[in-house]
Amino acid sequence: MTFEYAPAPESRSIVDIKASYGLFINGEFVDGRGTSFKTISPSTEEVLSEIAEADEADVDLAVKAARRAHARVWGRMPGRERAKYLYRIARIIQERGRELAVLESIDNGKPIKESRDVDVPVAAAHFFYYAGWADKLEYAGYGDRSLGVAAQVIPWNFPLLMLAWKIAPALAAGNTVVLKPAETTPLTALLFAEICQQADLPPGVVNIITGAGATGQALVSHTDVDKVAFTGSTEVGKAIARAVAGTDKKVTLELGGKAANIVFDDAPIDQAVEGIVDGIFFNQGHVCCAGSRLLVQESVADDVLERLKRRMSTLRMGDPLDKNTDIGAINSGEQLKRIRELSEVGDAEGAERWEVACDLPTKGFWFPPTLFTGVTQAHRIAREEVFGPVLSVLTFRTPAEAVEKANNTPYGLSAGVWTDKGSLILKMASQLRAGVVWANTFNKFDPTSPFGGYKESGYGREGGRHGLEGYLRTPHESAR
Amino acid sequence: MSRIDVRKTYKLFIGGAFPRSESGYSYAVNDTKGAFVANAALASRKDARDSVVAARKAFPGWAGKTAYNRAQILYRVAEVMEDRRPQFVQAVRQSEGLTAARAEKVLDEAIDRLVWYAGWADKLTQVIGNANPVAGPFFNLSTPEPTGVVAVLAPQESSLLGLVSAIAPVIVTGNTAVVVSSYDRPLPAVTFAEVLSTSDVPGGVVNILTGSAATIAPWLASHMDVNAIDLTGIAGDTELATSLEVAAADNLKRVRRAPAAEPDWSVDPGLDAMTAFVETKTVWHPIGS
Repeated sequence: MTFEYAPAPESRSIVDIKASYGLFINGEFVDGRGTSFKTISPSTEEVLSEIAEADEADVDLAVKAARRAHARVWGRMPGRERAKYLYRIARIIQERGRELAVLESIDNGKPIKESRDVDVPVAAAHFFYYAGWADKLEYAGYGDRSLGVAAQVIPWNFPLLMLAWKIAPALAAGNTVVLKPAETTPLTALLFAEICQQADLPPGVVNIITGAGATGQALVSHTDVDKVAFTGSTEVGKAIARAVAGTDKKVTLELGGKAANIVFDDAPIDQAVEGIVDGIFFNQGHVCCAGSRLLVQESVADDVLERLKRRMSTLRMGDPLDKNTDIGAINSGEQLKRIRELSEVGDAEGAERWEVACDLPTKGFWFPPTLFTGVTQAHRIAREEVFGPVLSVLTFRTPAEAVEKANNTPYGLSAGVWTDKGSLILKMASQLRAGVVWANTFNKFDPTSPFGGYKESGYGREGGRHGLEGYLRTPHESAR
Repeated sequence: MSRIDVRKTYKLFIGGAFPRSESGYSYAVNDTKGAFVANAALASRKDARDSVVAARKAFPGWAGKTAYNRAQILYRVAEVMEDRRPQFVQAVRQSEGLTAARAEKVLDEAIDRLVWYAGWADKLTQVIGNANPVAGPFFNLSTPEPTGVVAVLAPQESSLLGLVSAIAPVIVTGNTAVVVSSYDRPLPAVTFAEVLSTSDVPGGVVNILTGSAATIAPWLASHMDVNAIDLTGIAGDTELATSLEVAAADNLKRVRRAPAAEPDWSVDPGLDAMTAFVETKTVWHPIGS
């Protein structure tokens, strides 16, 4: 049985996208000195706005503004006062939630149900959570000394949510920030700049500068930043680790992943199938912790695959602003090219491709939900991060084999385990070398819950009490 | 005529055994007045690589022991050190030029430091882990786990207290270690290796290389099967520290940076030396029927 759905688009009249945007430095929008660039809607390729590019001099101005704000205002302000600014911001994010969600879906291509139900509310929740820490730092165990100026560079997959993960703990701990959103998704960060103005946040506490890789490089290499926080690819993360070598900049890196989602034969299969779908097709697979390797116990592999394909066939792909859309657009032409290339490598290396039969829109960047069977551990699609809606399926016989295969990767960000047996969950969870393990669930996030990787998935944690550590100088660090 | 000394050539400590350096080289170790004391093995790149293999092999077993068991084993090391007091005192006197009384004091502190760290084995999780009250029907718990194989550049000056203060936090948390000792003052490290081998520490959990950090450390910093590196032992050498940190980025090793000068090892070390080499794992369990 198939259901027909009438289009149910969310109105975009709530957002007011300006023809061009400057840089947000010291509380004001100013022109950038670099070469401005266009941000487009990945679902239609429509040009949305012209965005200023920050060059080195602009980066320097932003860092100076942040330094002044730290020295004169924010670093001295009692925590209980800082907290109230963060609470204000959290409230405004909630109040302008629909506007933020629509803008995020337009600029990023993600379905409105995700930006509305996940990105925006969780972003607000992060500000609420860390607001409460601002006047309680001495109880967290990392001292109460802020670092100073934090340089923060975020990716395009969760533009507003990653901004919240970065800015909320930094400000709560008494730091000021210069944040660079991704080149392809600057709009919600620029709306957030307006929210800072609306909250009367003192000038210079939050600075938002736009640009591409060169801007980010200038920012993290600036000699007067005390902290670098980066979320993005492992390749760029390594370049940042090299760039900060020999300095005393504190660093947190939240990088790539190739998570195993492990399904045992006693798992509730229908729930597991939902978890597999959520694990790899949530946000078009543009998720660093995506469950991109399905490890399914041999005895139930055929059953799981059959049900998985049936479920995948019901996924609705299309207009990100349609409330019934499950899968939106790939974020950029460049990313689409990478997904296609790696999928072709999958074909060439002998894996078998299956994809949902659906009509792709003629404009924009689209890739259908896809899975590969017959994948071995040596295949590139089992080793490299595709960062798209592509699932590699492998099988195993014993828990030990599942652990071996799951850990056979340079990454270590997340993992999933599906079984009805509690003791097996705990055994697997203890043996998986990953920073987050979801048992009988997947892709859950919460401001109170630390997130971050083992091995080449990066270091440091974001979220929870642990997330404060990256923004404070412990008494023993101060003594060294 | 006075008796002629039996001159010793000490060996490395790798995988629980005492091999000579694969390179065949050794070097003369003098006391602070310049008098010959003994020869020490000059560890090579191959010795470093062998040590990493031994440390990796020992890791699952050591990390998998109960915290109580690791505490017992570290405490046992402290006990065996007590048994060898004269030998340690002599080694510290020769290495650091201290009076007998001062060397005794250093040994006291080193043993006490080990006892202090031993007690952390089954407490750190409670102090730095926690349950997280997520907004949903989930039981969510964050706990520290060992990072893996840690390369430790031991302090150059504090040959025993500094050495113990660098090794104990790494292994008490379940990591295994490849240690490069002080170059000029390696003999307390050699004696410490003998203590480890006669206590209950499994082979490979601590591997001790005598020789030059500047020569060996680049191989450890760039080794793809080393998870973390402690640069404390090259305090003040900014150029070397920077190059090692750059090499460490190849597989994103956790780096404990070199301080400007060797720290005062007599002060309370806090948690930082342990938390530098643990990973926080967060597990989500649904609550429901």
